[in-house]
Amino acid sequence: MINKTLTTKALTGILALGLAGTTMAEIRIGSTLSETGPASFLGDPEAKTLRMLVDEVNAAGGINGEQIDLIMYDDAGDPNRARTFATRLIEDDEVVAIIGGTTTGTTLAIMPMVDEAEIPFISMAGAIQIIDPVQPFTFKTPHTDRMACARIFDDMQARGITTIGMISGTGGFGSSMRDQCLDIVGDYGIEVVADERYGGQDADMTPQLTNIRGKDGIQAILNPGFGQGPAIVTRNYSQLGIDLPLYQSHGVASQGFIDLAGPEAAEGVRLPGTALLVGDQLDDNDPQKSVVLDYSAAYEAEYGMPVTTFGGYAHDAFRLLVDAIERAGSTESQDIRDAIEATDGLVGTTGIYTMSPEDHLGLDISAFRMLEIRDGGWMLAD
Amino acid sequence: MRISSKQITLLVLLALIAVAPFFFPSSFYYRVGALVFINGLAVVGIVILTGYAGQISLGHAGFAGIGAYACALAPAHLGIHVGLAAILGALISAVIAYLVGRPILRLHGYYLGVASLGFGILVAMVLSNEGQLTGGPDGIAVNDLGLRSVLNDMGLSLTNSEFWYAFSGLTLVVGAWLALNLYNSPTGRAWRALHGSEVAARTVGVDVARLKLQAFVISAVYASIAGSLLALQNRFITPEVAGFMHSIEMVTMAVLGGVGSVLGAIFGAIILTVLPQALTVFAEHEMMVLGLVMMLVMIFMREGVVPTLLRFFRGRGE
Amino acid sequence: MPELMQFLFSGVTVGAVYALVALGFTIIYNASDVVNFAQGEFAMLGGMIAVFAVSAGMPLPLAAVVAIIVTGLIGIGLNKLAIEPARGAPVVSLIIITIGAAIFIKGATKLIFDKQLHRLPAFSGDTPIQLMGATILPQSLWVIAGAIGVFIGLWLFFTRTLIGRAVLATSNNRLAAQLVGINIKWVMTLAFSLSAAIGALAGVLITPITLTSYDVGIALALKGFAAAMLGGMGNPKGALVGGIVLGLLEAMTAGYISSQYKDAAAFIVILMVLFFMPQGLFGLKSTDRV
Repeated sequence: MINKTLTTKALTGILALGLAGTTMAEIRIGSTLSETGPASFLGDPEAKTLRMLVDEVNAAGGINGEQIDLIMYDDAGDPNRARTFATRLIEDDEVVAIIGGTTTGTTLAIMPMVDEAEIPFISMAGAIQIIDPVQPFTFKTPHTDRMACARIFDDMQARGITTIGMISGTGGFGSSMRDQCLDIVGDYGIEVVADERYGGQDADMTPQLTNIRGKDGIQAILNPGFGQGPAIVTRNYSQLGIDLPLYQSHGVASQGFIDLAGPEAAEGVRLPGTALLVGDQLDDNDPQKSVVLDYSAAYEAEYGMPVTTFGGYAHDAFRLLVDAIERAGSTESQDIRDAIEATDGLVGTTGIYTMSPEDHLGLDISAFRMLEIRDGGWMLAD
Repeated sequence: MRISSKQITLLVLLALIAVAPFFFPSSFYYRVGALVFINGLAVVGIVILTGYAGQISLGHAGFAGIGAYACALAPAHLGIHVGLAAILGALISAVIAYLVGRPILRLHGYYLGVASLGFGILVAMVLSNEGQLTGGPDGIAVNDLGLRSVLNDMGLSLTNSEFWYAFSGLTLVVGAWLALNLYNSPTGRAWRALHGSEVAARTVGVDVARLKLQAFVISAVYASIAGSLLALQNRFITPEVAGFMHSIEMVTMAVLGGVGSVLGAIFGAIILTVLPQALTVFAEHEMMVLGLVMMLVMIFMREGVVPTLLRFFRGRGE
Repeated sequence: MPELMQFLFSGVTVGAVYALVALGFTIIYNASDVVNFAQGEFAMLGGMIAVFAVSAGMPLPLAAVVAIIVTGLIGIGLNKLAIEPARGAPVVSLIIITIGAAIFIKGATKLIFDKQLHRLPAFSGDTPIQLMGATILPQSLWVIAGAIGVFIGLWLFFTRTLIGRAVLATSNNRLAAQLVGINIKWVMTLAFSLSAAIGALAGVLITPITLTSYDVGIALALKGFAAAMLGGMGNPKGALVGGIVLGLLEAMTAGYISSQYKDAAAFIVILMVLFFMPQGLFGLKSTDRV
């Protein structure tokens, strides 16, 4: 019997330890993000942004006079862990709303939980199936990857490009965007003549690029993916001396990408991005300008590194939630959910959100801006 | 009457499952408990393969992946119930383990390690790459098992978390019971002879190849059912379940707790499942503490936690 | 023809990366029968320390030396603090210790440095070298030269030096080695420091090509381990050949068959090689201990 008492004691001891740190607070908001793991390029700036904004709001007196308590977990991009942490946020921490789900996989793992518990949930992942069909308690802030494809194909069409090759990462982001792009590419009169893949940790993509270059009539190459892959593709592109237009995805929309690929190799690369990267180039009466510049300035002052599109998604998710709680005048989950769904014209870094019972994203494609890398910086392409 | 060590193990296990909920501060801990039992089941399979028969595998998550995706795919494509799909998954895992095991079990030590690792990676890669069928890296939904509503109709009303706690707990007890019976069977004795010395076992007429294959197939079924349980509980599954890290995690759990004994392995599953939940208070330092715990346990309890503790208490008792 | 050349260049570049990591496994394995799963972390450390030394204003060669020395010291620390106290533990326990060490090192690196991706400048520029219609970067030649250099060094070490033979003797028979006066503690310390230093050298050489961050270690260790097993664990020749063959397999599969399944093709070949040569390409026929 010694064993039994020992193990149960150890178990409860450790579990009790896990409980420490959840103290009394007025409005408890939960978050599970992929701060580490393969999606940390996304999750890390998201986590930093949330922490910063919560401090900001609390310092300014909180929401409707109540302070925010943010409980944040790192799911390392593992959907099983994300589900466990979502359970913990709901059943143990008893939060009123969840911001999280850095990747599509973690988001899809969390969704059945929030639906059952009726807790509003704002995801920062791309895939269209998060909001289509609409689930009553799930919202999201980034454009869908389908919209990213559409924006890229629009630009190709405008440049008279009809024959392209694709080289996609095998991770969730790259695969999902590849599927969406292949799904709609026919609508634009564009033909995909090469469809190559690479692994997330690959060191050299010259074989794939050599094959794509060898295709007849190829006019441009599209690279859906995030992390080091697109940087290496871009460097290999310049190594091989390929002079076709190269399109990257919104997955690499950050200054870090230019630094990794090298300004020379990255020159002329285009991608669909948000206003965030080109804040100072925006028109003065663009409603997004002040929002974007304020967030960039605060983030850079706090962390000493440039903002990324993904941090912007977290910024928008948090603003949506705060706005909803303020309007609802309540911290009941159901009221917050209803208020998020009634969001009208909220200006974020990604775009201007107007939600409805049929639309839990609230953005249209016009918020996507085509960016081009010139002289080591981001420029509006059109 | 003297009770056997097998009975002690099962009693400890049952008591643990029954008593632990009284200490749960919230219903969330049923979820942690269920994960412990599911991991424990997979790790009992590792005990049979590694602890009993002395063979190593760095790819057993591949079988968990097969079990999990059988639950996602078989109902959609074959029209069968998810419960049957889990059994089908176990059968498929057994067949694949038989086919894969025959060539690779001729290898020894690290060479067997890398061959099994290759198998696991192949499974994870197929699950991830064949998006048309498997949903790709973003995963796929799994049907509800439906057993909870049946129990509900019979008057036994459980929350989802409670149901999965009880169901995976009972599955683990059955799995542990089978493994303990195997240990004392003629096959189990032959495995231990094989573990001691393959050459010696062969000279006394043990069919070494067949024995290794048996252990490999049985442990694959354990991993497969664990994978199915995970898929059924989460009602959603991604290729991570078959990943290299999951394989390593299984072996690490078994060795930390004590790979030679069923109870030890389950204790290892408890440590590595509960620790990440407890370590959230350390936030940034979580990885360092986890690594440190693994090193310290292995330095000071080199045969694993449970065997070391047992020896300690027996030593004091005498 | 230019395609084939490009695939070859790619395969040799990637293969040399694998070979460098695989070579690092050799010494510790020979001294202790332990496959050190923290070997990938040594390569990661080499790259990360060099990156931060350069960004602190150090010239690249000095930064590389600092990275190699610091990582070598960490290797000694790992041996003194975690491996030596566990002396006599079963090999599988030692392996779990190295996995724990890998997680610890990764967590510490995340904390001390950061979670961003980094790149080192190429040693001799980014201007590609043109050859028969294909291109290779000068940095690839550095990596290939590094792999060959480390291989020659290890080969001389194990065959021509007394210390190297002492390491081999220790692995063959610990007790006998002790009886003839070999200081096992010292041999182990040497093995860990050399392995760590080789890992760090690998990390510095490959970072301009592969980029680095705190969590690249596990993928490097995995490929390096597979390469070392393909060639035959413990044999420097096996590590070199295994690495290059693995890289070529991936590049040829990506070029001619399917880029989606190139890693799968590599593992299938490894399985087939092991089926016919259970000790890898250059592994020694070992006899079972009875």
